[in-house]
Amino acid sequence: MSEVLVVVEHAGGAVKKVTLEMLTLARELGEPAAVVLGAPGTAEGLTGKLGEYGATKVYVAEHSDVDGYLVAPKAAVLATLVKDVSPAAVLLPSSQEGKEIAGRLAVKLDNGLLTDAVAIAADGTATQAVFAGSTIVTAKVTRGLPLVTIRPNSVTPTPAPATPEVSTVDVAVDESAKLATVVERVAEAKGARPELTEASVVVAGGRGVGSADNFAVIEELADLLGGAVGASRAATDSGFYPHQFQIGQTGKTVSPQLYIAIGISGAIQHRAGMQTSKTIVAVNKDAEAPIFDLADFGVVGDLFKVVPQAAEEIRKRK
Amino acid sequence: MKIVVLVKQVPDSGAERTLRSDDNTVDRGSASNIINEMDEYAIEEALRLREAHGGEVTLLTMGPEKAAESIRKALSMGPDGAVHVLDDALRGSCAPATSKVLAAALGTLEPDLVLCGAEATDGRVQVMPHMLAERMGVAALTGARKLTVDGTSLTIERQTEEGYEVVTASTPAIVSVWDTINEPRYPSFKGIMEAKKKPVQTLSLADLGIPADEVGFAGATSEVVEFARRPLRSGGTKVTDDGDGGVKLVEFLATEKFV
Repeated sequence: MSEVLVVVEHAGGAVKKVTLEMLTLARELGEPAAVVLGAPGTAEGLTGKLGEYGATKVYVAEHSDVDGYLVAPKAAVLATLVKDVSPAAVLLPSSQEGKEIAGRLAVKLDNGLLTDAVAIAADGTATQAVFAGSTIVTAKVTRGLPLVTIRPNSVTPTPAPATPEVSTVDVAVDESAKLATVVERVAEAKGARPELTEASVVVAGGRGVGSADNFAVIEELADLLGGAVGASRAATDSGFYPHQFQIGQTGKTVSPQLYIAIGISGAIQHRAGMQTSKTIVAVNKDAEAPIFDLADFGVVGDLFKVVPQAAEEIRKRK
Repeated sequence: MKIVVLVKQVPDSGAERTLRSDDNTVDRGSASNIINEMDEYAIEEALRLREAHGGEVTLLTMGPEKAAESIRKALSMGPDGAVHVLDDALRGSCAPATSKVLAAALGTLEPDLVLCGAEATDGRVQVMPHMLAERMGVAALTGARKLTVDGTSLTIERQTEEGYEVVTASTPAIVSVWDTINEPRYPSFKGIMEAKKKPVQTLSLADLGIPADEVGFAGATSEVVEFARRPLRSGGTKVTDDGDGGVKLVEFLATEKFV
């Protein structure tokens, strides 16, 4: 069986959930082989988890050049690896960087690519949700191998323990891939909450929250549910919450098990980022708000009464 | 400084959009066509750089005849002129083919800096700057929330999941921007009048030396097999808060096993 290369997304020394989803999907296409790209010392702490989710092989490409320059060295290493091992498919995370690496790889290999897949069939045909999740597309690469980026929260990762064979990849990056130098990485405080695109619960606030201080109400509910906090564009544009938490057409796309929209009317701009959530709950004082058309459960009422009461009720039940 | 801004005409993301049933391409008749919103931020950034450093700003678009309307609209913000790559054979082009065409067009313009939006609202693919950089052998600084230009040196703050990265490169380079970078200006009446007279050069595939079978449906590297409208979600239970709305909400969460 041919290998399926899974490009590992990792942060802070841990494998991100989308990687485990990709390893789960890869098993349907062939033998999952994880590829770790990063500075020296990156792979050691990741290999165990990768094996637990079915990686039979871990390719380790570690070099200061790999994370010292933006995107291009990773694509260069992958292009060489693809030529060497002739995999059945290459899967990458549908993060900004994952898509960028895939884009460069497509040009290098003269290969087609598909982004933002939510499922992939054994023959490499991918399913994508487009136009704000309103349309489901199946598409396939018609030149080269299936080169597909996978959107987080598309499948439930399932363990399939394997003992991966670790293989070191030679990293030879030429000067043309060293044009964009990363001089600094700055972590911005986001507390202990899960990352927005990977969280299984997202609690989001909109214009109705009214102020930055009032977002404490949203945060409290999110923390009680172990969820991430998001915001509508109206809320981020008003300065209620930082821009990187914006959900919608011009922000993040999330697809959690549970999405709670609070004080969000549900304009198309917002629905574009959350429409594929599994269960949707809405709280809004306007009974006619379009968000209620999507919601599995809706409460028409004052969020400042309903949400704290819900928080209290959850505490009682714990 | 010679700046080229990539502009894409897209169906309005605020309206219902669909694909065409005959060839599975974006249905440009289903919604009104506008400039990709993120591109307006790229244009604004280019205009600010021209104000600070001098030079000229040229728009580059690839699209059907009606994309000319969006070019005029974008020109009304203040760019000096535009180039429109227009050729019937381009219909159905995939991202790699599009990058081949845009790279060739950029080759004729020889810009110091190429600016573009971080993604288009129709495909949301985000690959174009790096595909172009790969083909042109220049740097791509993508996902900028801040751009600083100092002579030939460029520095951006690139938004990441964990925070941001500071990334530098020298011109020539490609920079893509998010909507956090600035606040685009509205076209003035004067700008709208002037836009009508600004030069718009049209380039064909022959002008760029690209064989027609390398682009469009003929040269596509991927294809849409089929598409379907996702079944509309139907609203579920809606209750009005009578003092126990929060409790009812949690009861629902409990039946769904979230608490």
